[in-house]
Parts: sequence; C-alpha cells; structure tokens
Amino acid sequence: MWFPRLASDRALKVRPVDAPFALTLNQHNTDRIYCLNQQAEALGLHRTMRLADARAICPTLVSHSAQPDLDARFLATLRRWATRYCPWVGYEGPDGLVLDLTGSTHLWPDETAMLEDMRQRAQHAAISLRLGLGETRGAAWALAHYGDTVGALGPLPVAALRLPPATIVALQRLGLRHINDLSTRPRGPLARRFGPEVLTRLDQALGHIPEAICPAEEPPHYAVRLTIPEPIGLLADVMAAVERLLIPLCDKLKMHEAGARKLVLTLRRVDQDSQQVELRLASAMRDATRILPLFERGVGAVDAGFGIDVMRLQAVIVEPLPLQQIGTIRQAQPDQLNDLISRLGTRIGLENIQRFLPADSHIPERSFRMAPAAASPPQNGWGSVKPRPLRIFSPEPITGQGAQPPSRFRWRRMTLTTGRATGPERIAPEWWMDDDGWRSGLRDYWRIDTHEGRRLWLFYTPQNPGWFVQGEFI
Amino acid sequence: MLQGITLWIREERAHERVNPLGLATVLDPAQLLVAFAKNQADSLAVAEESLREGVLSCVLIDISRPLNLREGRRLQLAAKAGGTTGLCLIPEGMGSNAAETRWRVRPAFDAEKGDSTLMHWEIIKNKSGTIGAWDVQWSQKARCVHVVSPVGLRPGAKGTTG
Repeated sequence: MWFPRLASDRALKVRPVDAPFALTLNQHNTDRIYCLNQQAEALGLHRTMRLADARAICPTLVSHSAQPDLDARFLATLRRWATRYCPWVGYEGPDGLVLDLTGSTHLWPDETAMLEDMRQRAQHAAISLRLGLGETRGAAWALAHYGDTVGALGPLPVAALRLPPATIVALQRLGLRHINDLSTRPRGPLARRFGPEVLTRLDQALGHIPEAICPAEEPPHYAVRLTIPEPIGLLADVMAAVERLLIPLCDKLKMHEAGARKLVLTLRRVDQDSQQVELRLASAMRDATRILPLFERGVGAVDAGFGIDVMRLQAVIVEPLPLQQIGTIRQAQPDQLNDLISRLGTRIGLENIQRFLPADSHIPERSFRMAPAAASPPQNGWGSVKPRPLRIFSPEPITGQGAQPPSRFRWRRMTLTTGRATGPERIAPEWWMDDDGWRSGLRDYWRIDTHEGRRLWLFYTPQNPGWFVQGEFI
Repeated sequence: MLQGITLWIREERAHERVNPLGLATVLDPAQLLVAFAKNQADSLAVAEESLREGVLSCVLIDISRPLNLREGRRLQLAAKAGGTTGLCLIPEGMGSNAAETRWRVRPAFDAEKGDSTLMHWEIIKNKSGTIGAWDVQWSQKARCVHVVSPVGLRPGAKGTTG
C-alpha cells in the first residue's frame, strides 16, 4: 500500500481546502514543498520545489507547514486499520505499508475483491492510495509505485527497483531503461560496474532472494478490569479489589520495564453510574504495595450507592523505569521522598509542591523560578555576589527625598530610623523583557539596618524619583 | 546548617515571596521544598504527614489562626514518631496553650558590622524551666548560631566602660 499524498491528505482532512494546496517543510533554510494535492500537481508543481517558485507558478496556492511527526502517527493509525486484512503489517518508508497477505486472502472471494475493498475504503476516507500486489515485497513496491496493481515486472522502469537516484540515472544513460533489459544482461559486468546493490534489488524483486516483512509491534496496553459477581460497597472490600487489579498491572509494567505516573481507577456502580479516582505519582512507580495506600483517600471519597460491580484500572501516563541493580549501599532516600511527595500531592495537588530553580537574571524577582518538585530535579548553580533579602514583596512606597536614603521613614505603620545604610547597588531593567514593575527605570538598591532591628532592602529610582521597600533580610 | 531536605508549608498568598538567594547563607536552596496549601486544615495535614514520615530533616509551617489543643498535640506526636524537627512560625499572640516552650524572635541592630544577622531570641514561655533572652548571630563560617553578649553591655560598644 502506498499513500502518495499522505501528508496533504491528513492536513486536508483536518481543514478541507478546495484549491491547489501544498505542505512546506523548511530544509536547508528554504521552504520547499513537502507534499501537495492533485489540483496542485495538475498545475505542474512537484515535490522539493521551492515555495517561492510554486507561488510564482500558481498565485492561488494555499500552503501550510508540514508536521512529519503527526504524519507518522497517522501512518501508525493506518497500520492498525490495515491489520483488518492480515496480521502481518509493517511500515514501508514514511508513506507506505507492507502487508503479508499469505494465508489471509481466503476471507474474501479472491484477491481482487480484497484490493477493491481496500480501494473503496480509502476512497471513502479521502486518502489517495496506490496498491501493488506481488509475489515479493520488491515486486509489490514496484507495482504500487510504477505499475498498475497487478502485472508483470518486466516492462516497468528501473526506478521501480528501489535504487539510489544516481544509479538509476547511470543505468538510464547506458540504455537500460526497463527491468527486462536488466534481468537479461549478464550479471558479472553489472556487479562490477554498479556494485552488488543493483543485483540484490533485482533478485529481491524477482524473488531469488527472500526479504522478510517485519510487522510493527502493538504498543502494550496498561489497563486491567475486574467484574464482581455481587456488588461491593465497603471501603475494605473495594481496596481488596483494587489490590487484585494492581498486582497484574504492576507485573505488566515490570515486564515492560515501565512505571506509572498517573493511574485512573474507574468504578462502575450497579445503576450504571461510574466514578473515577485519579492518582498522580511523584515518580514512576510499579510497586503494588506502595501504590495501594495512595488510593485509600480517593476511594474513600467515592459514593458507592447500591454497590460497585465493575472496576477498571488504567495507567494513563507511563514512563520507562528500567530495572535497577540492588547494591549494598542503601539509596532509599529519593524513593521515600518521592513517596512522601506523592502522598502530599493527593491532598494538595502535585503541582503545589514546588522547589526553587536558579534563573539567570539580575532582577531580584526573576533570579529564581519555581517548578513542581515532581517534574523537575534539583539544580545547583546558586550563587550571588551581593547579599539578597530573604523575603521579597512588591515594592511599597515610602516617603523620602534625594538620592541618599532617608534617616527616618514610616513603613507598614512603623516608624523606623536608619542605623546604617549600605549601598547603592544599581540594577538596570532588562529591556528585552516587558515588565510593568520596571517601567520606572534604573533602581539603586540600599540595605538599611534600622535601629529598631529590621533590615530592609530599599531602592531609589533616579529617573523617576521615589523610594520603595522591596524586601527584608534575615 | 541543616542537612537533608527541608519542607516549608505555606498558605497560598501572593504578596510575599521567599527569595532562595537570601536563604543561601543558611540553607542550600536546592534542599528546600515549598508546599502551598489552600487553607490551614490542609497545611496542618501536610505538616503531620511529613513529620511522621521521617524523611525530611525539618518541616516549617506558617499558620494564620491559633492552633487548638488537638492540632498541637497531633503535630507533637507526629514529630515524635518521625523524629523530625518541626518549626511553627506563629504570628504574635496566636500561640497554643499546649506548647512546651514559646520563643519570640526579632532582629536587632548591630552597630559594629554590616551584613550582620544579629537577632534577639527571647523565651517567653517555658513549662519546665526559666525564661530568658539571648542575642545570637548566624555565623556563616561555622554554619551555626553563636550567642553574643547583649548589645548594651558589649565591651567597646558606645556608652559602655571597658
């Protein structure tokens, strides 16, 4: 199966356009056409053409940027769809699928009926599809790309042999335009001239050398279900059932060396109403005895009604968690801490447990940032030349005149007298960031030790005279 | 200097922020976690849980209304079970009757040197001893708190003899 316009078909399914349409991809600093629809092709545009040239040819061209990762995902969806014809489905390049139909055709009257079914379904889904049916993988590829589904390989051009472009050009210059020309030639001179690849490809197409189809593996599915003959409602019963679900799920996670980050437990009641308990974990885990107590709080809040009879547990977010060497040095600390963070997270939300990360800025408010502790590892690189206050708040104006700090001032209903003033330290605003707080321009920061004890961080704005308190030292 | 992880439990208030750089002389900011709780019931629950776990070296909790006897006792028991130090930052006049000791801490002016961290620590309630007051200073070199003689009596200070 070859999808000649996979990317543009996918884009047009999302947003249909009835005009020449092209997807562009930036390669080597130039926007080049990545995929285009039939109308655009009819106007003489082709792939790898520069977008500017294409615009010149066709001013009404509608273009979007290509998203190859989404195309790959779309192809994976098509691969799943293709398993309705046979179980052995593999990928063939970025825009094709290869099916091993051996032993599967008896489900249809004959092969042509099966191909017709494929064609109809693709047409129905508005995906352009070209099929090739051959004895070998190479022959099927050649027929899909250059032939007419079924037929003989002989009259097809040499390009149908999956050869590099340079070899194809060289073969054509020698007058070897068709596969027939190549297969009737003596093999020795061909191998000497073009290396073994030409003959390997030819043999693969003709079936002299086997070529296997490697079916893509289905991604593992991390969900388990339990149906209970009698409805249950007691917390202890439900927890016991959760344990029965957790153990096989964790075994499966262990088999694939993965750990769950987010679990969803769906409880269906007798009256068909279902409730969900969501559990987010601070780190990937697959230890049933450790996960089970974390469910207690969520399950306790569930209204069982007349009883629960179906339970389903699914690991929604799964992360790789390789097996670890058990050593003599105990490293239980991070595990225990992550457990604690998960447990606290079930109460106040995992994103509310945060840690400080250093940020590269002289602006005091932006010299650090906060990130959820579960998502970000601790970072070093804390260092400041000048002492900084422990608490910072938004600037609070005080009365004061001139560039020297005031000797007496009132702040938060307290009268304070300056004992010692250290400074100034000038901090300039970051002009590349638009910050309303720093509209007043430069700031001269002073550390004021007051006779009353408090050590405050004041600043003066010379461009816009005024005094403010912004922080307090230890 | 505190070893290990410290958890600071705060209520969600936007007007004041802790600056980790200001804390760097006392504590490595990488070792500090901050938990934001919606209300005091949540922050007390978080405090109890983390005190009991015993993984953290210190748990700091900000409160906004007085603790009652039951809450104070639960925190005490949790700290005992986990062997964790718990510190409660209490606004003036919100102390609990169950407290063994109660301290009042305020910064003090140090006439001698700049970038000083002189503080006046006063024990205002002690169930099993006497009360008293000390002037202390954080020594960055030794990573601990040093007790210094009160400002007025320090030799060489202004207004004293000898």
